[in-house]
Amino acid sequence: MPEPLLEVSDLRIRFGGFTAVDGLSFSVRPGEVLGVVGESGSGKSVSMLGVLGLIRTPGAKISGKVVFRGRDLLALKNAEMRAIRGREIAMIFQDPMTALTPVYTIGWQIAEQVRAHEKVSKRAARDRAIKLLDEVGIPAPEQRVDAYPHEFSGGMRQRAVIAMALSCNPALLIADEPTTALDVTTQAQILDLLRRLRADHGSAVVMITHDMGVVSEIADEVLVMYGGRAVERGSRTEVFHSPRHPYTWGLLDSVPRVSGPRVRRLPTIPGTPGAAGQGCPFADRCTHRLAACAEAPPLSGTAGHLDACWLPEEEKTR
Amino acid sequence: MTAAVETVAPRAARPSAGPWRQALRRLARNRSAMIAAAGLVLIVLACALAPVYAGSIAHTDPFTSNASGTAVVNGARVPVLAQSTEGLGLGVTPIGPTWNPGSFFLGADNQGRDVMARLLYGGRNSLMIGLSSAALCCVLATLLGVLAGYFGGWIDAVLSRFFDVIWAFPVYLLAICLSVVLLTSGLHVGPIHIDAGSLALPVVIIALIYVPYVARPLRGQVIALRNKEFLHAAVGLGASDLRIMRREVLPNVLPTVVVFLPLMTALNMLTESALSFLSVGVQSPDASWGTIINDGLALLYTRPAITIAAGLCVGLTAVALNVLGDGVRDALDPNARLRGGA
Amino acid sequence: MIGYILRRFGAAVLVLFAISVLVFLIFFATPGVDPAARIAGKNADPATLAQVRASFGFDRPLPVQYVLMMKHLFVSHDLTSFVNRGTLVIPQIIDAVPVTLSLVVGAAVIWMVLGVGMGTLAGAMRGTLVDPLVMLLGVFGVSLPVYWLGEVVNLITQKQLHGSVFSWVPPLGYAPLSQGVGQWALHLLFPWLTLALLYAGIYARLLRGELINALNEDYVRTARAKGLSERRILIRHALRCSLIPIVSLFGLDFGALVGGAALLTEVVFGLPGVGKLTYQALQNLDLPVIMGTVLYAAFFVVLANAVVDVLYARLDPRVRRA
Repeated sequence: MPEPLLEVSDLRIRFGGFTAVDGLSFSVRPGEVLGVVGESGSGKSVSMLGVLGLIRTPGAKISGKVVFRGRDLLALKNAEMRAIRGREIAMIFQDPMTALTPVYTIGWQIAEQVRAHEKVSKRAARDRAIKLLDEVGIPAPEQRVDAYPHEFSGGMRQRAVIAMALSCNPALLIADEPTTALDVTTQAQILDLLRRLRADHGSAVVMITHDMGVVSEIADEVLVMYGGRAVERGSRTEVFHSPRHPYTWGLLDSVPRVSGPRVRRLPTIPGTPGAAGQGCPFADRCTHRLAACAEAPPLSGTAGHLDACWLPEEEKTR
Repeated sequence: MTAAVETVAPRAARPSAGPWRQALRRLARNRSAMIAAAGLVLIVLACALAPVYAGSIAHTDPFTSNASGTAVVNGARVPVLAQSTEGLGLGVTPIGPTWNPGSFFLGADNQGRDVMARLLYGGRNSLMIGLSSAALCCVLATLLGVLAGYFGGWIDAVLSRFFDVIWAFPVYLLAICLSVVLLTSGLHVGPIHIDAGSLALPVVIIALIYVPYVARPLRGQVIALRNKEFLHAAVGLGASDLRIMRREVLPNVLPTVVVFLPLMTALNMLTESALSFLSVGVQSPDASWGTIINDGLALLYTRPAITIAAGLCVGLTAVALNVLGDGVRDALDPNARLRGGA
Repeated sequence: MIGYILRRFGAAVLVLFAISVLVFLIFFATPGVDPAARIAGKNADPATLAQVRASFGFDRPLPVQYVLMMKHLFVSHDLTSFVNRGTLVIPQIIDAVPVTLSLVVGAAVIWMVLGVGMGTLAGAMRGTLVDPLVMLLGVFGVSLPVYWLGEVVNLITQKQLHGSVFSWVPPLGYAPLSQGVGQWALHLLFPWLTLALLYAGIYARLLRGELINALNEDYVRTARAKGLSERRILIRHALRCSLIPIVSLFGLDFGALVGGAALLTEVVFGLPGVGKLTYQALQNLDLPVIMGTVLYAAFFVVLANAVVDVLYARLDPRVRRA
């Protein structure tokens, strides 16, 4: 098993009295795609922003260890962190409509990132931008490189954002719901693109999403988050075919099936997510609740498939 | 393949205070806005009591000249207007501040009138003109803005072009044009008759010139509302245009109008003082803070108290109104904008 | 871009036409008083009245009167004052324009530099002392009457402290550039500062708000994720976008200043510009002069707005093709 590229252990992020991420641990191996699933407020985006040092809220407290290629990112100075951001770890965000500065051309913005990290001429940076735009499937890149963001459609903008993220050949790409704001056909194209780019560039990808469909398409490993904690972790096959946590069961049940008997109504998980407290964060909404759930269960299991639930072993494999 | 797992369970409806009450509560927690409101109340009270001050404390009529009057200062009786000792000795120098509330607290102007009493009476006019022109302006602007935004088409085209022209016209120049004409002849349109010297003239003029300032943002809001589902629903139910405008559109733009009111009052009061300073606002013998600053201009180097006091009154009142207005904006409609940041 | 410029100036010409019609209607078609009596001034004799009637064509239909008026103003330049018998109006205005421009342009440069500087500082240093100070100056900027502030400045620099700290301040008035740049600037220094200080406060406060909004935008997060320095993010991304609404406001204010606040400042500081001319005409209701200054100022304002809008389009690519 190769050395992990990114290893996060016991990451905690607190905003005042609110704990957004509570002891999260996971790792990403080179070239691997990790799907991080959870609903809004589960802490999936915040934890990734924390990894990159992008949380700017005054009073936010971040602790734990984030080791990337042998360096603890949380202990780095600002300037050292800047050299990693955008060059070794790139991040793309949910809404491509607002992610680009409206007053500069696409090419300028890509070249800006290249020139922030490498000593190349303007000419060379621009050529690189054209090549990247071509690579992400933007037609006529020699002309489109001088277009402004508002002249691009949503899907095209997300392609441009991806091109920008890949401009320095990052070892790790963090994608925060990159397809959520797009329509369905565009979503599929962007996922195809990400898959192809991973094959070409060999970057590892952390794909944050609330969409089980996206995870099943692209992920090698899956991390299910709830209330700021990891509740289940395993390979895609394991999580999809033998899910062990009641929350994962709920997630998978709420995906509509195109084959098989038709259900009258899509099942939902009752209640709304609450903040992480003392006990298991999911206990309030769980139909399998036990007395033991007043205390938070540890993430445990065998052979790489882990879960955080007090249910007896035989009930987890239904 | 795409299935969102967001689940939103219906939350139990909790009886909550209406939006106006909530905004009022937010406003009450805003300390600087509350201090400004208290200051305003003091200023308004003081000006409202102007006749009491003039009649019972200073015993003076602030509207007639008092060239041969006398006042008691430090036990000695001195004339209110003394022959000027500077230059050729041709002009007169009025008495300076005595700091005695009973007589010429802030001194006299060059017609021998008590400045303190005039300041209070002038404040009534300044505040009245500021507030009523702001109210008139907001009413007109709401009417025109809602009509333009709601009906669109040629109504909108005509009204918008009209707003554009007034918007591009420097406000003071427009006000000066209107004032020059109306101050000589008064305003006589249909059933409305306003005499040349009336205080209603500056009110109407100032209200008119600022209509686009308020109407333009409101029109934009109404156009945005026009595409909202609840409005389509009202149309679908067969509600009349008048009913939709009154019941659906108006309540939604009203918070913005309320935000504009204190800010417009400050702006209009400043405009009034500027026009009065240029002698095309409030006409003598009526006073306003602007006319008092103008009166004080000739005496700036000998009796600076006149100008300074009147200017401070305008400035402090405007500061209070603007701070209060910002508070109201934060509480009601943080995005409301009056031509830029003001 | 060229297409945009042409369209913008086309619109400006239309607005100019509309403004001239509006002014014409205000002066000549307001019901109540004979416009000839207004133009001739107070206590005019019948001969003068007849002369005015003939010259402006008051016995002919309104459109003809409008054309005659515009001819007096812009073609034959022979609009005359009747209060100061026989004085030609247009040359007076032409003479006054450099004074007004000197005042307004100088003040605008100072206030933009100060306003953008303070606003950026306040936006970048939120939570420090700079921030509330700028906010306070902003409130004073919209609240204090500029002519009053000018008078207080005069009181201090010309009288109270003229014997000591401000003995170098020249007497009120204007020194043309022909007397040297130094004298010119020295005479205009306090008028500039008075005018600029209030506007700088307003602009700093506005920019601070825009900047704080911009710093919360997604594109700033993207810029951080790109590994750019905070300084570059602030200036090249956040400030660059925040300046767009500032510039469009500048167009409006610059125009309003030529016709409004500068008028008051000129009166207070005794600068013989277009504003002072208007003020003197107002004192004795010299209508031809008022009409002339109002229309000239309005035309200048509309042109200035058009120029600023073109500049704005250079700043914001989104409006260019709109």
